[in-house]
Formats: sequence, structure tokens, C-alpha cells
Amino acid sequence: MTPVQVIIAKELRSYFVSPVVYAVGSVFLLIVGLLAYLYVVFAGAQAIQLTQMQGSAQINLNDLVFRNLFASIRFILLIILPILTMRLFAEERKLRTFEFLLTSPIGINEIVAGKFMSVFLVFLGLLGLTGLMPLMLALFSDFDWYPVLTGYLGVVLLGALFLSVGVLASALTENQIVAAFVSIGLLLVLWLLAGLGTLLGDTAIGQAVSYLSFMEHYDHLVRGLVDTKDLVYFFSGLTLMLFLSHRVVDSARWK
Amino acid sequence: MIEVQQITKRYGQHTALDRVSFTVAKGEVLAFLGPNGAGKTTTMRILTCFMPANEGTARVAGFDCADQPMEVKRRIGYLPETPPVYQELTVTEYLQFVGRLHGLGGKILTSSMQREIERLGLGTVQHRLIGNLSRGYRQRVGLAQALLHDPQILILDEPTVGLDPKQIIEIRELIKNLAGSHSVILSTHILPEATAVCQRVVIISGGRIVAEDTPEQLSARLRQSEKISLTLKSPAADTDSRLKAVQGVQNVFTSGASGTFLLECELGRDVREEVARLAVTSGWGLLELKAISMTLEDVFLQLTRHEEGLASDAVVASAEPAGQPA
Repeated sequence: MTPVQVIIAKELRSYFVSPVVYAVGSVFLLIVGLLAYLYVVFAGAQAIQLTQMQGSAQINLNDLVFRNLFASIRFILLIILPILTMRLFAEERKLRTFEFLLTSPIGINEIVAGKFMSVFLVFLGLLGLTGLMPLMLALFSDFDWYPVLTGYLGVVLLGALFLSVGVLASALTENQIVAAFVSIGLLLVLWLLAGLGTLLGDTAIGQAVSYLSFMEHYDHLVRGLVDTKDLVYFFSGLTLMLFLSHRVVDSARWK
Repeated sequence: MIEVQQITKRYGQHTALDRVSFTVAKGEVLAFLGPNGAGKTTTMRILTCFMPANEGTARVAGFDCADQPMEVKRRIGYLPETPPVYQELTVTEYLQFVGRLHGLGGKILTSSMQREIERLGLGTVQHRLIGNLSRGYRQRVGLAQALLHDPQILILDEPTVGLDPKQIIEIRELIKNLAGSHSVILSTHILPEATAVCQRVVIISGGRIVAEDTPEQLSARLRQSEKISLTLKSPAADTDSRLKAVQGVQNVFTSGASGTFLLECELGRDVREEVARLAVTSGWGLLELKAISMTLEDVFLQLTRHEEGLASDAVVASAEPAGQPA
């Protein structure tokens, strides 16, 4: 086992022993399932209306169900992922295992990478379970798979970015609640930058501010547009957050 | 194995360590004694590469702590003040994790885990969650963690805290057995522990090393006079002055009406025989007569109080006939 794998294995074990993953996971799946049900029922109602008016109806499930669902998931993730990441470093510092970890023959980058990967795997697992929903819809209806898949790619990238922000927040404090609030706050700021960008209009500053927000990048992917610019945004954001986490963990030794 | 040279560590304005130097030879057990906040833990954290020193160099097994921390970390087993255990793991899961962090795997890992579980008596709790174990068991799991990869150097921050007396003796035996093949640094508040386990004692106070020697020599060096405690059944009014008249006796203190006298004598002179004869011939009713050897407690108090400029207190403290052999 490589050091990163050792950390991942341990973190996964810790996640599944604690009730947090089960609570967070069931809330996430419940809300996503409920929303999907509501959007489908809503689409059905619209189809009935259109049939009554025109005799026949062509409903676009991609627009009516999936785009709405992906837009909602964004907000659910913003609340839920910080709860998954909050313990990663804060708990180690609280329970004094931090010192043990840093005096083990393993690099800080391996610790940060291992912890990020473990929570990312938990997130992928939860997201995988939501895959049941498009599979079931595919049994009874016809829709374009391509934007659904790019939408999922968008959720994966967005989730990774949110988790890396959460890792950074957890490294900053030894209080898990503070860690969760800090990451929710940071993510909300990233969200609202999109509004600020729109307000500033089509100027260089406005575009730069909008670019910093994940909104337009995520939106492109949900609409089925895979643009290198958006991928670069997510990967550079992720790298920056993990790099900052590394610096914060390293500097915690000096205090 | 361990060389520390002129290490200084500051936290902001506060100087935690001030030009500390010491060495530990291969196979030696060194005790770190000192009051709270003296800098024991800071020194250990620098040696384990948890934090860097502001000045000076620390070398462990030939590797510099600042330049080659990975090499140092591989060779050290470290037990911090609080046992670094994960409450949600069982003892075996935890040891497995620790072993893998040190690159152990397969049969070596299994046999190392078996060895430590047996050595520290963890057999009955090995499948229980650490969170449900008592303080003493957690401490033992912490020790197992430090010993698991069979490091050349052990750094133990108060290894016997939280253990019951039987376990304390077991752990001391364990540390004694490790001496010879391993170099050990341990910090402790319990002075008899240092005398029992260690070949050398470093007393640290206010971030500075105030003494470094074997436990016996430390007490010998700091003894300014021989002390004798004398208990009489029916002392006379002139007992004081007549005791003082005995050749070699420098000072006589009386402690209350209980008939106990404390005699300070010249160094290297045993006046017990003469005092006994005097007591018997004068009919004072000799009940008890014993030499008081200075214990490490006295040395410790004297040295650390000296540091705070309370030299007079230290004399009183060491003059109290409370010294039991450690």
C-alpha cells in the first residue's frame, strides 16, 4: 500500500464507522429523490396540459427534469459537503492525533491528498446512487443521455471543488462546527461572485469576477457544453485549495 | 544516537528553549525532568521533527531533523503526552494503520502487531474500539504504536501516566529491557521513575538545562552536608548544645516537641556512633537514628527553585527530614 492508500483506507473506515456519512447520505438521497420525483410529476402535468391543448405533446425531459435537478443539487452540495469534510483535520487537531500524523514517515502532501481522496470517494458513492434515477427514467421515456452525462461530470467537478474548500476550512481550525461554517461561507461567496459579475456588466472586471464563480462553468456542463476553459477552472481551483491546505497544515506545526 | 546542540525555540516573545545541548548514546536511557512548562515537550517535538527549532541543530541517528525529517521519522518511535489514538478504530485496526504508515506489510506487520499486543497485554481488548477503552489501556495502545516498527530511538512523553501501579512496574521493566538495543528519552514528573529506569537525568527548568548527570551523582554533587535525623524519648534542656558540641556537628535543628532533632554535619564524616553513645550515656532514650540521603526530589526542588531565586526555600525543603529513599 502506498502512503496515500493507507490514509484513504483509514479515513474511509472512520467515515463509515461514524453516523455522519449515513445521516448526510440519507438526507442527500432523500432530497435528490424527492426533487427528481417532483420535477418528473411536474413534467407529466405539463405533458397532459399540452396534449389537451394540441392533441399531442413532445416533452423535453432534459430541460424539464435534469437541468432543474442539477441546478438544485448545486445548493444541496453546498450545505452537505462541508459536513462531510469538517472532521478531516479539525478532529485530528482536537484529539491530538495531528502530532502523531505529522511525526509519521509520510509527507504532508500525501496526508492532504489521502484525506481529500477519501471524502471524494464517499461523495462519488453517494452520487453514484442517484444514478438510479436517470436509469429508471430511461426505462419509461426517451431523453438525450449526453447532457445528463456532462451534467454528472459537472456535479463531480463541482463536488471536488467544494470538498477541497472544505478540506482547507477544516485545516484552519480545530473546531468542526467552525470548519463547516467557514467552508459554507466561502462557497456562498464563490456563488455570489456570479451575481456581482453580472452587476458589473460586460467589463473586464465583471468578466473576471464572473469567471471566479463556479456558476457559469457548472452551467455550461449541465447544458452539455464541455469547454476546456471550464475544466481548467475546476482543476485549478481544486489544486489551489489543496495547495493552500498543505500550507496551512505545515504552518500549524510552528504554533 | 541523538545530538542536540544549542537549540533555541521561541514562541513569539516567549523563549521556550534557551541554548539547550545534550547527547544520548546508543542504548542509553535518558530522563527529562522538569516542572510544567519547562520545555520538555518542546524538546521532544523538535527531535521528532514536528516543529523546527529557531536556532541550533538536532541530529538523530546521524540525520539532521531540519534537513532530512523523513529519515529521522522512520527511526523514531514517539509517544506524545496524549496517546494519539483514533477512537473509532479497534486496537488491531489502529496498529495496522500505524504499521502501514511505517511501510510495514504482510507477515512482518502481523508478527509485529502480535509482538506488541502480547508485550503490552492488549490481547483481551484487541478487537474493541479504542474509544471504549480506559485511560490505562489507551496509554498502552499508544506505547504499542511507538514500538510497533521497532525503532532504534524511542521518545516517550510521560509514558506511565494513567497506568495502575502494577502496569507502571511492567512498563518500567519494558523500558529497562529496551535499553542496550534502543536509545530512549523519556520525560517524567515521577522522580523515582527516573532513578529506577534511567542511566542519566537531565533536569530542565525555564527552558534551560540546569543539571545533567547520573541520578546518584546528582544527589551527591548537590549535597552540601551530611544530615542525620535523631529521635529521642526524653530529651533534656541542654540536649541541643551538647549535640552541637560533638565533633563534626555543624548545626542542630529541633522540630517541635516530638523530640526529633536534625543534625547537619561535615561532609564525609559519620557522627552516628558518637551521637548514639552520647544519647545512651545521657539517658535521653534513643528511639531512632538515621542518615538522610538526599533524594532526587530534593535535588529537583533545589535546582528548579534555585532557578527562581528561592535558594533559601530550597535549603529548608531539603532540610525537612522527609526524605525517604527513592
